[in-house]
Amino acid sequence: MHGIRNLHTTRGWVGFFVVAALLLVAVPVLNALPETSPLHVPDWLIPLAGKFCCYALVALAMDLIWGYTGILSLGHGVYFALGGYAMGMYLMRSMAGEGVYRSELPDFMVFLNWKELPWFWHGFEYFPFALLMALAVPGLLAFVFGWFAFRSRIKGVYFSIITQAMTFALMLLFFRNETGFGGNNGLTDFKRLLGFTLSEPSVRVALYWLTALVLLGVYLLARAIVRSRAGRVLTAIRDAESRVMFCGYEPLYYKLAIWTLSAVLCGLAGALYVPQVGIINPSELAPAQSIEMAVWVAVGGRGTLVGAVIGAASVNGLKSVFTAVAPEFWLYALGGLFVLVTLFLPEGLTGLFRRLRRTRAAEARA
Amino acid sequence: MNPPVRSRPSLSTLAALLFCLLLLPLAQPVSAAVDPKIDATLAALAEDPKTLRSALDVLAQSRDPRASRVLVALDEGRLTIAPGAVLIRTRDGQRVNAADGQPWTGAAGDAPAMTNAVRRVLASSIERARLRSEDRAERLGAARALNDRPSASAEPALRAALAEEQDPEVVTALKLALAPLDLDSPDKDKKLAALAVLANDGELTVLGRLQPLASGDDPEIRAAAQKAITAIGDRQWLRDQGANLFYGLSLGSVLLLAALGLAITFGLMGVINMAHGELLMIGAYATYVVQNLFRAYLPGAFDWYLLAALPVAFLSAAAVGWALERVVLRHLYGRPLETLLATFGLSLILIQTVRLIFGAQNVEVANPSWLSGGIQLTQQLVLPYNRIATILFALAVLVTVWLLFQKTRLGLRVRAVTQNRGMAAAMGIDTRRVDAGTFALGAGVAGLAGVALSQLGNVGPELGQAYIVDSFMVVVLGGVGKLAGAVAGGMGLGIVNKFLEPSMGAVLGKIALLGFIILFIQWRPQGLFAMKGRAVEG
Repeated sequence: MHGIRNLHTTRGWVGFFVVAALLLVAVPVLNALPETSPLHVPDWLIPLAGKFCCYALVALAMDLIWGYTGILSLGHGVYFALGGYAMGMYLMRSMAGEGVYRSELPDFMVFLNWKELPWFWHGFEYFPFALLMALAVPGLLAFVFGWFAFRSRIKGVYFSIITQAMTFALMLLFFRNETGFGGNNGLTDFKRLLGFTLSEPSVRVALYWLTALVLLGVYLLARAIVRSRAGRVLTAIRDAESRVMFCGYEPLYYKLAIWTLSAVLCGLAGALYVPQVGIINPSELAPAQSIEMAVWVAVGGRGTLVGAVIGAASVNGLKSVFTAVAPEFWLYALGGLFVLVTLFLPEGLTGLFRRLRRTRAAEARA
Repeated sequence: MNPPVRSRPSLSTLAALLFCLLLLPLAQPVSAAVDPKIDATLAALAEDPKTLRSALDVLAQSRDPRASRVLVALDEGRLTIAPGAVLIRTRDGQRVNAADGQPWTGAAGDAPAMTNAVRRVLASSIERARLRSEDRAERLGAARALNDRPSASAEPALRAALAEEQDPEVVTALKLALAPLDLDSPDKDKKLAALAVLANDGELTVLGRLQPLASGDDPEIRAAAQKAITAIGDRQWLRDQGANLFYGLSLGSVLLLAALGLAITFGLMGVINMAHGELLMIGAYATYVVQNLFRAYLPGAFDWYLLAALPVAFLSAAAVGWALERVVLRHLYGRPLETLLATFGLSLILIQTVRLIFGAQNVEVANPSWLSGGIQLTQQLVLPYNRIATILFALAVLVTVWLLFQKTRLGLRVRAVTQNRGMAAAMGIDTRRVDAGTFALGAGVAGLAGVALSQLGNVGPELGQAYIVDSFMVVVLGGVGKLAGAVAGGMGLGIVNKFLEPSMGAVLGKIALLGFIILFIQWRPQGLFAMKGRAVEG
């Protein structure tokens, strides 16, 4: 009981369960209502909600590394995309022989006139293997990259632009047809996941439900981490790394662990994202994509976890509205958001709420 | 990343050019090297078109420039015979008298009948006449043209020309044209001589002819052919390396220009300006606007629009940079990561604004005439003027910035603030003003880089995005706050990139380079040229 107490106050737990009930129960139930009902949640909203949950997952991962440890990554799109590609490879392999060319190979390989599967595609016909890869590949890349970077104490903006260079390099690599991941077009036209047809509404609801469940679980995990002793060390590293070292801690291991975990979580988000969205291509690796992830966290408020989820949902909600109503002004809105949040809302939306509440409390006392 | 390379003039276009040159002086009266036999032959031909066959023999033997003109015109169907004169139709449709070059106002006349015999003789006569011409450029062109497509029928003409040729360059070209023909000769000495010529000056195109000889029976010929193949390969390799070096220097100057402003602002304020690429773009669009203004109002001085674009680009980018600093960045000092995000937001806004004003498509920025074309070093290696100009321009900008930093009061203050902000402030330097001024200067330099970029590649709203990662890499590699760092970083990246490209391809080469940089900063986290001083870690 003590551990759970430590995670949240009673009020916090109530809030958590209300949100959980909304995501896990209310949305599917409302979706099942007849379409005439004013409370009906339309079918097209389900994958969108699932997508937002994936983004929120990424935002949580970003918050762990940036909000709590003070390391701004401009390359988290890499881990997200790698997880997505691993899942996409499974989805491609699971429909061998059913593509346009009726070949055992994925369509794009037939199109490129390849005769056999490249070595790194082997094994992806098994779902557990693909899932493992979706987590292990980003984790491993992050571990190696982080080992080199943190060991030589690269930090601050230097670290950020190096991560950006990494995502840029990988984008170039994945754009090539020869790399073997479908080039420009990426992987798409998926049909089935574990035998379930992806276009089926019930499958979509199930995928959404699973994503929401994972999101809640990861939130609790992240919360447990940041409330733990190790979490305190992370915050201390963010605020004064040299002092942490003088106290006898080795920041390298803490940073490396949280960095790798953050990458694994992004890989998980990518793996959940691809079956719901139906495509993965190198544009996910564009540097701008990764920077946008940072802005979700900044908008919600860094170092709060809840803020990351709120930020991801609100920025992407705004994006959906803008791209439908006034696409040419979306970049203005996004750019303005970057500037305004950093200038006027350094603590994001959650910081704003907190300040409002504090002011009200002060007024009530007066 | 790579601006399109201007296509190099091939030999055939060169030959076509020579033909045009040939026709240019037609309007002037013929003066030099007048051969009286030509006058007589042309007069006879005008009297009786049936003498064409015998006239060809005379024309082919003559050194008179009129002779080759007549032959070329005949070959191209521009020759007519009117009563009293042989006429040539020039490119602009005028008819001139072939004998004296004067415009002809009389009847147009008829084209001569081209029998098979005439055609056969004509083909070899043209080469012969051109090889014997008084004009050195024409002789060289004819020899090189034969060099490109050796034909046995031209052999006698080539030998005759070689026997009396004085000019060393033409001699080489003639020998080279003869060499592939000699390779077929049964005479072993001739073969060996030909192989020696090819070993000295042969081009890649003859390799196909040499390979069978290199695996032939005769050991001597086999060795000579092998030697020629190696020599040609080596020469080509050397030439490729030269080209790589040149294009590497050129790319390096572009990177240097693009990164210079970034290095200044990064070094001074420790903030990364993600909108730096958009300042390049503003410079390029400023060039575009100036170009259009010149086209509309000063078409006569169009060639000089680029000079006017330089200050305009500098000032407009500097103004935008100054505004960014005043409105946004100065509120974010001490928060480098937030600055990074805010400037990225600004870059999105700038991109979208340019898109709304100029459209999402690339716009066309023309090279002024003095920047098109290039220096032809060898037949394959051309150094385009716009790339040479970029290298010189980068050098000029670099020297100016260096002088500004080392020799002016402003530069002194900037260096002081860069080294130790607190101490500089204590000495009475208004660091805020220095920040704003330096940021504007860095932005202005980016604007100048934009002018250079507009001359090399496409100008579009995403121009800056293409250069921003590379610029960062230059700064990371070179180190912060030192001009030498930007130079070493830019040139190093540019040259290594161009040397990797042929073997790995552009994309893999770039990826390898990025991987290398990531490893490099393991070894030297401060870059090649670190600031010396007691900077305290944050």
